[in-house]
Amino acid sequence: MREVRIHGRGGQGAVLASAILAGALVEEGRHVMAIPAFGFERRGAPVVAFLRFDDKPIRRVTNIYTPEIVLVIDPTVSASVNVFAGTPQGSTLIQATAKEAEALALPAHLARVALCDAVHIALDIFRRPITNTIMLGAFARATGLVSPNSLIKALEQADFRDAGLKQNIEAVQRGFAETRVLELDGAAAA
Amino acid sequence: MGKTVVIDGNEAAAWGAALSRPDMVAVYPITPQSSLVEYLAEFIADGRMDADLMDVEGEHSALSVLHGACLAGARTYSATSAQGLAYMFEPYFRTPGLRLPIVVSLVTRDGVSPTCVWGGQQDAMSVKDIGWIHMFCENQQEICDTIPIAYKVAEHPEVMLPVNVNHDGNYLSYGVARVDLPDQEVVNAFLGEKDVNWHACLDPERPMAVDPLTGGATGAGPSMFVRYRKGICAGMQNALSVIEEAHEEWGRRTGRHWAPLIENYRMDDAEIALVTIGSMTGAAKDAVDEARESGARVGLVKIKTFRPFPAARIAEALAGVKAVGVVDRAVNFGWNSGPVFQEVLAALYGSAARMPVMSFIGGLAGADITVEHFARVIERTRRLAAGEFATQPVWLNEND
Repeated sequence: MREVRIHGRGGQGAVLASAILAGALVEEGRHVMAIPAFGFERRGAPVVAFLRFDDKPIRRVTNIYTPEIVLVIDPTVSASVNVFAGTPQGSTLIQATAKEAEALALPAHLARVALCDAVHIALDIFRRPITNTIMLGAFARATGLVSPNSLIKALEQADFRDAGLKQNIEAVQRGFAETRVLELDGAAAA
Repeated sequence: MGKTVVIDGNEAAAWGAALSRPDMVAVYPITPQSSLVEYLAEFIADGRMDADLMDVEGEHSALSVLHGACLAGARTYSATSAQGLAYMFEPYFRTPGLRLPIVVSLVTRDGVSPTCVWGGQQDAMSVKDIGWIHMFCENQQEICDTIPIAYKVAEHPEVMLPVNVNHDGNYLSYGVARVDLPDQEVVNAFLGEKDVNWHACLDPERPMAVDPLTGGATGAGPSMFVRYRKGICAGMQNALSVIEEAHEEWGRRTGRHWAPLIENYRMDDAEIALVTIGSMTGAAKDAVDEARESGARVGLVKIKTFRPFPAARIAEALAGVKAVGVVDRAVNFGWNSGPVFQEVLAALYGSAARMPVMSFIGGLAGADITVEHFARVIERTRRLAAGEFATQPVWLNEND
C-alpha cells in the first residue's frame, strides 16, 4: 500500500487533484481511498488531501500520518505548515516552486525531490495560478506510479468549473515534461 | 457487468438511489450530505433519472412531501444529516406508523452543541427507537449496493417500514473509492415490478382514513393503538429474515455478498472480540490482522443492521469469547457509554454467555479512528479478558 499526502491552499484544487489521481490509478487497475482532510476550509488557507492506493482492496477509511510521498501544489504553503510531518526515511517530495533545491530547506531523510515551476506554467495556460493538474503531471514524472495517459483519461471523467479539459490535458503534459527529479542519497526512493 | 467508477460516498448513494428508480425525490441539502442531492439533481436534469425533484424549504417539508407521494403510490427517496434530521423529526416519527416504505440516506454527523459540522453517529443513534430500519455501510461500494436492498426490504409486504441507509459523514461521504455500478437491468430484476404502497395507496375508488385519531382510554381506542404499535414491532422482526433474503439475492445477481445483519471477521477461534459499526470497521479489520500476526486470538463483529437489532446473532457470535470491546462513534449520555455498547450488553443477557464487555468511544465530530487506536482497543480488551475491569468508557481521541 502506498500513501500520498497532498498540500495546497483552499481554492487551488488539491482535493480535486486527489480524486483525479485516484481515477487515474483505478484506470491502471489499482484500488484507491482518497479522503480530504476536513476542517476549517476557506479560500487561501492551507488544505490537505490524503490518497492511498494498492493492488488489493483497501479497507481502512482513515487519514494518513506517515506518507512516503508528499505532493505540494502551492509554492508558499510550506511556510505555514510542516509538509514533512510524519514522513519516513527515504520519502519523496514533489514541490511546486521556481527555486532550485539548494534554496529550499529540505530535511535529510528525503531520497528524492522533484521540482516544477507550476505557477509559471499555470499562468501560461490558465492565466491564473491553478497548479493542481500540472502537479499531477509532476507526480507522474517523479514517481512513475501513474502514466500521463491515465491522468488524461481521468481528467476526461472530471468536471471542470474554471478551465477546460484541453487546457488541463496540456497542464498534465507540461507538468510531466518540465519537472526536474533529483536523487538525494542512496536510500531507496519511496 | 456494470461500469467501474471512482466516486465519493455521496455519489455512490446517489447512484444507488437512481438505480432504484424512485418517482419522487424531495431534498434540502445539508453538510455533509449536500453533494448527494446535487448529484441527484444532476442525474434528473441530464435525463439519466426519471423522477420528480422537489427542492423544498426544509427537511420537515422534504419528508412530508414524500409522505404524500408515497400515499399516491410513488417510490420515494431523500437524504439528510444531523440538524436536518432534527428538523425532520415530526414527520420522521409519523412515518413508521403510516407504514410507508420510504428510503432516506442518513449521512451521519455528530450533534451540537458545541457546534460541529463533521462526522459522527450521534444523529442516527438519537433516532434508533422510532421504528425506522437502520443499516450502516462500511464503504462506498456497500452504500451503492445497500440502497436498492433497502427498497426491497422496505416494500416487502411483511415489513412495510421506512429505512435509513447510513453512511459516515466526511470519511465516507467525501472519501473517494472505486465502485462497481450494477447494471440497471440487474437492479430492475432485483426490485421487480413496482408495488410500493399497496396497503394505503390513496384511491378515490377505495376511500379510507389514513392516520386517524386513535387511542385514548375508551371504546376501541386502546386496543386499536396497541394493534398499530404491535404491527411496527412485527414488521421489524419480520425484517430480520427479509434483510437476509434481500442481501442473498443481491449477492446472487451482482456477485457482491454483504453480510446482512452482522459480519463475523476471524471469529472462529477468537478469544476476544471487537464490535464495530460503519466505516470504522475497515481500520479495525486491519488492526485485527496485525494483532493476529503477533499471536493474539482476536476477532471482530461488524453490525450492518442496527434496527431491527440482530440480538440473537450477536449473542451467538460472541458466545465463545472471554471479553468484548464495543467501539461507538456516538455517546449514550444517560449511561456514560456508547449506545452500541448498551445494545450488545442487552443482546448478551438474552443468552447464557457471560463475559466482561467494555465501551470505547471514538471518532466524534470528525475525529479519526486509526489502526493504532484499534490496536489500543485490542490491547485493553485483552487486559479485560485477564480480569482488569473498567467502570468508565475509554475515549479514544481524548489525547489526540
